[in-house]
Amino acid sequence: MQHLWLIPTLPLAGFLVNGLAGRRASKTFVNAVAIGSVFLAFLWTVKTLFALAPLETPHIERYFTWIASGDLRIGFDFAVDRLSAVMLMVVTGVGLLIHIYAAGYMAHEGGYYRFFAFLNLFMFFMLVLVLAANYLLLFVGWEGVGLCSYLLIGFYFLRKSAADAGKKAFIVNRIGDFGFSLAVFLIFVAFGTLDFGQVFAKAASLPVEHTAGLLTAVCLLLMLGAAGKSAQVPLYVWLPDAMEGPTPVSALIHAATMVTAGVYMVARSATLFTRAPLALDVVALIGLFTAVLAASIGLVQNDIKKVFAYSTVSQLGYMFLGLGAGAFSAGIFHLVTHAFFKALLFLGAGSVIHALSGEQDLRQMGGLRSKIPVTFWTMLCAAVAIAGVPPFSGFYSKDEILLAAHHHAPWMYWVGVITAGMTAFYVFRAMFMAFFGSYRGRAHAHESPLVMTAPLMALAALSLAGGKIDVPRILEPVFPRGEAHHSPALVAISVGAGFAGIALAWLLYVVRPALAGALAERTGFLYRLLYGKYFLDEIYDALVVRPIERVSRVLLWRGMDVGLIDGAVNGAGNRAQGIGGVLRKLQSGYIRSYAVWVLAGAVLMLVTVALAGGGR
Amino acid sequence: MDHILSIILFTPLVGLLVLLLIPSRNQRAIKLWANLASFAGFLACLPLVAAFDPARDFQFVEKASWIPTLGASYHLGIDGYGLLLVELTGLLGFLSILASWSAIQLRLKEYYASFLVLQVGMLGVFMAMDFLLFFVFWELVLVPMYFIIGIWGGPRRVYAAIKFMIYTLIGSVLMLLGILMLHLEHFRQFQIRSFDVAELMKTSLNGNLQWWVFWAFFVGFAVKVPMWPLHTWLPDAHVEAPTAGSVILASVLLKMGTYGFLRFSLPLLPDAAKDPVIINVMAVLSIIAIVYGALVSLMQTDWKKLVAYSSVSHLGFCTLGIFALNPAGIAGSILQQINHGISTGMLFLIVGVVYERRHTREIAEYGGLMRVMPVFTIVFLIAALSSMGMPPLNGFVGEITILQGAYQMSLNWAVWAAIGIVIGAAYLIWVFQRTMLGETAAKNRDLLDLSAREIAIFVPLIAWAFWIGLYPKPFFQVLDRPVAQIVERVRPGYHAAHKIANPLSGTLR
Repeated sequence: MQHLWLIPTLPLAGFLVNGLAGRRASKTFVNAVAIGSVFLAFLWTVKTLFALAPLETPHIERYFTWIASGDLRIGFDFAVDRLSAVMLMVVTGVGLLIHIYAAGYMAHEGGYYRFFAFLNLFMFFMLVLVLAANYLLLFVGWEGVGLCSYLLIGFYFLRKSAADAGKKAFIVNRIGDFGFSLAVFLIFVAFGTLDFGQVFAKAASLPVEHTAGLLTAVCLLLMLGAAGKSAQVPLYVWLPDAMEGPTPVSALIHAATMVTAGVYMVARSATLFTRAPLALDVVALIGLFTAVLAASIGLVQNDIKKVFAYSTVSQLGYMFLGLGAGAFSAGIFHLVTHAFFKALLFLGAGSVIHALSGEQDLRQMGGLRSKIPVTFWTMLCAAVAIAGVPPFSGFYSKDEILLAAHHHAPWMYWVGVITAGMTAFYVFRAMFMAFFGSYRGRAHAHESPLVMTAPLMALAALSLAGGKIDVPRILEPVFPRGEAHHSPALVAISVGAGFAGIALAWLLYVVRPALAGALAERTGFLYRLLYGKYFLDEIYDALVVRPIERVSRVLLWRGMDVGLIDGAVNGAGNRAQGIGGVLRKLQSGYIRSYAVWVLAGAVLMLVTVALAGGGR
Repeated sequence: MDHILSIILFTPLVGLLVLLLIPSRNQRAIKLWANLASFAGFLACLPLVAAFDPARDFQFVEKASWIPTLGASYHLGIDGYGLLLVELTGLLGFLSILASWSAIQLRLKEYYASFLVLQVGMLGVFMAMDFLLFFVFWELVLVPMYFIIGIWGGPRRVYAAIKFMIYTLIGSVLMLLGILMLHLEHFRQFQIRSFDVAELMKTSLNGNLQWWVFWAFFVGFAVKVPMWPLHTWLPDAHVEAPTAGSVILASVLLKMGTYGFLRFSLPLLPDAAKDPVIINVMAVLSIIAIVYGALVSLMQTDWKKLVAYSSVSHLGFCTLGIFALNPAGIAGSILQQINHGISTGMLFLIVGVVYERRHTREIAEYGGLMRVMPVFTIVFLIAALSSMGMPPLNGFVGEITILQGAYQMSLNWAVWAAIGIVIGAAYLIWVFQRTMLGETAAKNRDLLDLSAREIAIFVPLIAWAFWIGLYPKPFFQVLDRPVAQIVERVRPGYHAAHKIANPLSGTLR
């Protein structure tokens, strides 16, 4: 017994303390509780993992039976293997840094205690998700992080756009959860259990041809769930809007941890996916399509957080591409490095926004390099990492994915390379627009305090050197490594695409800034299409949201309920009145007459029954 | 413990008799006494929990002769299902009286008297083991509810009350007809007059007769649930009823319908219950209710009507679980009935809180309440999450168990039910957003947050919601036997055929 339960319970305790007492407490107290609880969870994770090393087989702790009805038996069980160990380190480690940063970022915001309480609650659910030893418990964490995401996106609840964004995130996620919950039931019906160990053992022991159809269905439904949570086509539309939340939330929930839950879940179910090749192909295709689609939208956005949001969607697509190509460890590797550099990009963006007193529009920035140097240099570390510049972290993980994609289907590699070029372009476009040239805004820029820059520096170090953490090797007991696909030429091409993207951004936004505008003019339609995000929100609105509203209001409620059913009932009454006679009394409204009718009816029927010989 | 059920049953009645002696103008005394009496009634229910033995079927049985010539007797007893409903009734009966403290200003004595009579009727329904006795309690419930809606209700209260009355009366009449048919058939076969449910179960009915009796019962129970398309009395009744009336109506009264299906339709008419036509009709009606109720709910502009239609959707889950005819479906259904009592009770109380302050239920009139009523916002959020089945709250456990049962019956059922869950999240999160978030309009700036009394009403419900969500085991435990009894009655040998442990085997009754 390593008391795994302590890991999520510590932030839960933080949530309870701050939620109940934080309102009246000082900020120092709120900070101590919120950051302290995550710090302790981090320490306990490290301690536990050391104690459990080398952890080649899963360590399972069973606490109590949660649901037991008929043949349904679900335990409240936690398990840790090397996959969850990696996730635990990312969640608690990056989570801790972001908590520290948030203490500085949120210092002047109202509802300070509420923010940290929700953030702690999020940590609790995320850790439950990672530690869960069965699908249903994972689902608890899954739903819980969604709830916290909703609450934190809508943190500035006075703004309608924030409340709308929260609602959208919640409902789109629920559509994904619909798939997930059906998958869970299919798994239960097929295997009679939801316990990871037992499900995978049973799936592995059955001959492939017996289970292929079933597992394909299960995996496609799981992927629907993953697409909701991890913002993949066709359910990615909530994530860009989710940027309405405070920036530390964007970094923690909508970049580093929660949105990767889908990736984790698919990787966790690798045993099932590898036995459903069709579903695996779908995963790869969705991932690739999302990666290129979101990257193309990111090319032209002017809100610094929106750029990084589309980048997140795109990078998550990369991870799914890796998973779908069968390189599960590559997908998780990218999850880890992405957590470093994307958290850093968001926190850096937050630092910029903080410095400019709330300005998020890249067109109102410029020349900030000398004004907020720490932010600039740390963000540059993240930018080179995500652009795949060797030898920084993104280079390693991205290459693992691209090579696996090439092995899977060469054309996927080439699309991936194009995406890599676009990625490098939009990130450096944002960097150049913000930090180079001359300052275009009005606010007085000032560097952020140490409490914010220290986490930036830590993440910068991780972004640069994180590639040296050989995640695929760590994960070998979970995902045995196939033959290595080394190809210096393919690596060189993808690195080249990254440099080309950077160079193009340099040309358009530093050397000849006028050129960018001219290009946008020249490619009018394409530009508008990208800037309008392919108008997918509008299409969904017209094809899904409004028809549902109309059907519900006009057809079902006004038409069916009030019109048809009630109309028929009232109509029957009216007709009876029209005919006159005895039946008229039915609608008289006097209880006494109803009572008489009931009695008369009963007697009549009694007599009928008796005459009919007791119903025969 | 010999007469514990009678004590519970008649505590509100004793309270009522004393209440009648208090002069009408002494309003404070009336209110205090009514609260005291209903609290005593709640406390009286609690010893059952400790004394109940999950390894036995009907317990605390009392039997006394009532109308010997008809073979009707005063026969009470509860199994695990009855236990849960009695506890639910005890708690919500008390809470709804507590919730009326400042909301009701008119004819206090009659109001509280109605609630106490109502309490007797509801408890009796869940305790009666004699079908005629059951029917008497069933009808007894109608009268006070009619007055509660018709006297203390909103502007269209008379229309709503009459609609409620007509619907339920038509249902009752057909149900009575069914009861009498069973009674006569039993008499024909055994030459003994009896309304005892256990005795009636011995009657062997041919399929044709079962079919007709099933539909007779169906009308009675389905109106009460209410199942689509017999539900249109419900939105009117809920909207017009005073808050406490809505709470009791949703939390307890609707359960009488599902209770009827499980206690009578299934065990007494097993052949009809497993008739494929009937199963399919029931499933289709349930699924329509789930999706339809949720969609209509989505579009409501009246906060209370939204909650009312959500009840239609939620009860659809309960009936779907019943007609899955397997342990998971039925246990899930029963648990979900309790869950609905807790969460929808809370939602109606929540509407009541703001209605009392602003005297409007229009959603558009609110917005930004989070700023002025933070505690209220948290309570509403928890209630909404519980209602939409968010883990680790109660609704999740119920829905998941029902879905599992439905899945075993048909993939189709589960898919539709799961769609209902998605929409369920949509209408609740949307109404939460429209009322709690956003800018606070001037007219809402001065609203007071929950008072201590109001918080006290919500606390036990929230605690119960978390209890079921986090540790539902005790609930499933008391339901093991009753559920197995029903399943084995309808589908003999089910547990053995599906290799599930049979909770009934190895122990004597």
